[in-house]
Amino acid sequence: MKRQLEAIKNQAMEKLARVSDIRELEDLKVAYLGKKGELTGILKKMGALSPEERPVIGQLANEVRFALEESIAQTKDRLIKEERSIRLKSETIDVTMPGRIKPIGKKHPLTIVLDELKDIFLGMGYEIAEGPEIELDYNNFEALNIPKNHPARDTQDTFYISENVVLRTHTSPVQIRHMQSHKPPIRIICPGRVYRSDAVDATHSPVFHQVEGLVVDKNVTMGDLVGTLQAFAKGIFGENSRIRLRPHHFPFTEPSAEVDVSCWGCDGSGCRICKGEGWVEILGSGMVHPNVLRECGIDPDVYSGFAFGMGIERIAMGKFGIDDMRLLFENDIRFLRQF
Amino acid sequence: MKAPIKWLKDYVDINLSVKEYADKMTMSGSKVEGVEDMGKDIEKVVVGKIVSIEAHPNADKLCVCKVDTGSETLQIVTGAPNVKEGDLIPLALVGAKLPDGEIKLSRLRGVESYGMMCSIEELKLTKDYLPDAPDNGVYVFNEDQKLGTDVKAALDLDTVVEFEITSNRPDCLSVIGLARETAVTLGVGFKEPQIKVKEEAGGDINDYISIEIKDPELCPRYAARVVKDIKIGPSPAWMQRRLAAAGMRPINNIVDITNYVMLEYGQPLHAFDYDRIQGRKIIVRRAQEGETIRTLDGQDRELDNEMLMICDENKPVAVAGVMGGENSEVTENTQTLLIESANFNGSSIRATGKKMGLRSEAAIRFEKGLDIQNTIPAINRCAELIELLGAGKVVKGIADCNCKPYEKRVLKFEPDRINSFLGTQIETGVMVKIFKDLCFEVDEKAMTLVPPSFRNDIVEMADLCEEIARFYGYNNIKPSLLSGKEATQGRKTYKQRMEDIIRNTMMACGLSEAYTISFTSPRIFDMINIPRDHKMRNAVTISNPLGEDYSIMRTTTIPDMLKVLSINNSRNIQEAALFELSYVYLPVEGDVLADERETLTIGMYGGSNDFYVIKGAMEELLSAMGIKVFEFRPFNDDPSFHPGRTASLYVKGKNDELEYAAIIGEIHPEVAEKMECPERTYVAMADVSVLIEASDTNRQYKQLPKFPAITRDIAVVVKDNIFVAQLTDAIRQQGGEFLEEVRLFDVYKGAQVPEGMKSVAFALSFRAADRTLKDEEVNIAMERILKYLNKNFDAQLR
Repeated sequence: MKRQLEAIKNQAMEKLARVSDIRELEDLKVAYLGKKGELTGILKKMGALSPEERPVIGQLANEVRFALEESIAQTKDRLIKEERSIRLKSETIDVTMPGRIKPIGKKHPLTIVLDELKDIFLGMGYEIAEGPEIELDYNNFEALNIPKNHPARDTQDTFYISENVVLRTHTSPVQIRHMQSHKPPIRIICPGRVYRSDAVDATHSPVFHQVEGLVVDKNVTMGDLVGTLQAFAKGIFGENSRIRLRPHHFPFTEPSAEVDVSCWGCDGSGCRICKGEGWVEILGSGMVHPNVLRECGIDPDVYSGFAFGMGIERIAMGKFGIDDMRLLFENDIRFLRQF
Repeated sequence: MKAPIKWLKDYVDINLSVKEYADKMTMSGSKVEGVEDMGKDIEKVVVGKIVSIEAHPNADKLCVCKVDTGSETLQIVTGAPNVKEGDLIPLALVGAKLPDGEIKLSRLRGVESYGMMCSIEELKLTKDYLPDAPDNGVYVFNEDQKLGTDVKAALDLDTVVEFEITSNRPDCLSVIGLARETAVTLGVGFKEPQIKVKEEAGGDINDYISIEIKDPELCPRYAARVVKDIKIGPSPAWMQRRLAAAGMRPINNIVDITNYVMLEYGQPLHAFDYDRIQGRKIIVRRAQEGETIRTLDGQDRELDNEMLMICDENKPVAVAGVMGGENSEVTENTQTLLIESANFNGSSIRATGKKMGLRSEAAIRFEKGLDIQNTIPAINRCAELIELLGAGKVVKGIADCNCKPYEKRVLKFEPDRINSFLGTQIETGVMVKIFKDLCFEVDEKAMTLVPPSFRNDIVEMADLCEEIARFYGYNNIKPSLLSGKEATQGRKTYKQRMEDIIRNTMMACGLSEAYTISFTSPRIFDMINIPRDHKMRNAVTISNPLGEDYSIMRTTTIPDMLKVLSINNSRNIQEAALFELSYVYLPVEGDVLADERETLTIGMYGGSNDFYVIKGAMEELLSAMGIKVFEFRPFNDDPSFHPGRTASLYVKGKNDELEYAAIIGEIHPEVAEKMECPERTYVAMADVSVLIEASDTNRQYKQLPKFPAITRDIAVVVKDNIFVAQLTDAIRQQGGEFLEEVRLFDVYKGAQVPEGMKSVAFALSFRAADRTLKDEEVNIAMERILKYLNKNFDAQLR
């Protein structure tokens, strides 16, 4: 019987080594270990053995069964791995084929720039103030120290609705409205749509967008203006950006400055974007003119402030390398999808 | 303002490169817009003398000249028709550079030419600059020149710097004003002009003219001189060249002198023919209604009471500060001149100039408000130049009617305040020097400042700060960031946060953002089928539009969206989906300002876009904005839209009533055709303020279900004209407390469904929050639903 057991073991082991699929393995398992299996058959005959032989043969039979079971488990493991590996091989796909997208829409480049500006100034404690586009001449000009027949009106060709109503030429009237309805400290930016009577071409549009800023408080200095503009320039044009202020004149600020930012194309060494200057003019700014504060009921001997304003189209065009302003208002979907 | 460098150098030393000079001036506030170097591309062109001219052996139109350059005699072949022996001409030597190229030794029809005689065109100069140049042929010097002199020196070619002068600095619309700024900027001295008038004609001005100012507000000062024995002729070359370089055309000596003084002093002058001034009187007054004048440009001008006139005893002879009259014009026959140097009210001049559509160089200066003290130096400079040019003899004295004698403005000098305003620590001594350089009177004991008379723009502390800042250097101010100031909170308003949600939701729905302009054509309403009397046609009108196509403020954004879709379609783009967040402008009865209503516009065509896609985007938006109660109603009454494929959206606002919020649908095929859009074009226009009013950002967590749901599908056949929403509402109403969801999953018309009917299939799901439902409970609800549908909609179970 001992010999018989060993023969079964050797035979089974040999077959197991040759098994090539799971079903064959299952069959083998049944053939040896099943209820009518060979090993089970032997064990059934154990009753006929002498009491001395029984434990010896019993132990041997158990050893054979364990050995077979273990080998079957290992073989099963091997077969599963082999089969999976074959399946994985057959499932290979072409990962270079394009993905399936449900495309999201794109933000207009002007909104992208506006959002960036809002982020920067919200972070510095500014609120966002808004006001009407169809405005009183008073809010757009007179309260800003530009009386009727003032030569500075020439610099902003104005659309008139009536003698006293205009399409705002800048978002400064929002500053006036805000100062007349709020007490300092004031920190606002005023984004919005503005109008000037310019014919449409690659660099002009009669409708364009501005963001202006206004700060009024006690002891606001021109140094604060410079620092704020620097922070803005770094936020929009990158950490290495520098700014340069040039004296200028605006009726609503004194002192006034035009502000250049170091060219983002060449970092100041001169290129096509800055026309070789190394600097690109981006905004106008200054200390709020005392007449403007007075007009808004704020005492210029107690409070001071600064204001600045910039065109969004120009910044967007600069940032994204857009060479024709008309593209911004044409809305060709192939253009919009680039942002 | 174009300032020739050599002219500036009459009053200030400029000993640095033009580039450096321009940069420094820009940084001190006189922005340089451009630099024109007249002789920039000219090299090795010298004065030569034609010593002989011979015919060319092989060509009729050419001749062979010998030209003496002082050091050698060269053979030059030329085709110029105007050469004469003895003429001095500009000769480009071999190797010379000209704006259009280099000169080489050449052979013309077999004869060698060692250079080229130049016309003004070849030197890129104008007839304004050299009025004596022939129309065709080489330039011939009309003054004696040393042979071999560089032509740039011989022609006085200059570098012209163009400054942008802001409206607060009319004093800088002059060479002297710019020279003063230059002097302070460069830290060099300003050379005060020294004027000497000989007054050779003697006599007494008061015997010639009396001046009466009737409106001192509009004309505070009027000064005049009289000049006899006038000889009209061309002005000398140096004056012509300076004028041309500064951008003014030389005319004759008298006009040129007045223009020269205007450019040099910034004070416009006017010359009258004295003998045509009746009554030996100048009266400065407003025009009377009905008066007219023919101005120097030949135009007859209607005058009104707002306009200031220079008149003689009987009539206006000039429009003050704007343009002279033909009736007193200086002509070749003029014997005696009356020269005016006056000061006028800037706004009045501007208003008159605007009404007449005239913006003369004089008016451009006057309208900014000039220095009242400059009238006398300017008229004296004019007299001096007249004498210098031998153009006439000046009568003794000036008739000067000065109604508002100049008063000095005394300002407090507070260095500490200036420093705390600028955020600087500039020493008082440094400030004193800057003010003194700027011709301020500085009293360091009383701590007062008096700005010079030409600085009308300096009236208070902030103005003083600017003067200090621009010469201290704007870029030397240390940056700070509002340190120590009260903190403020930067946050968006509710409306601004909602706008972000709208944009984000639209983009998530696959729509890209568009920006369109806000004015449009009144004809656009015809394009979208708006009836003649519709209130939408009542728009805010621009009184001075860029053209009729841009003459009204839009009251609807639909045509703009259609135009965008049309542009995309015309470019063979198969599919487009866009949105715009912008405004419409609705006139308000009794208010000068408009009701500016924020508007969300959606447009799409192509691909799988259809009514339900655009509606889906709108539904997603309602969900994102937390609008829970809303209703889409079929809408067949908008002529811009397809009557069977359009809905209006109503949302429940704060007042608990359903309010109109949007229209959404397929564009009417006729409108699509007119606007050149694809036939299946979908548009929605929503009133953002209504949506925001109905929005709710509060969110309350509802427990996730713990017990399983029971789902039942039903399909019913109903008449085609029954709306799905009616069935859904009925199912919800009859479904009982456990009905959780009603989901439409199929609408079918066709083979197995009778004509005029449709099969509508729903998936219903029932659930109890606290236990597992029993089938019987759901069966009861289903029976109730079916019975109700059958009774009310004649619905048959399929």
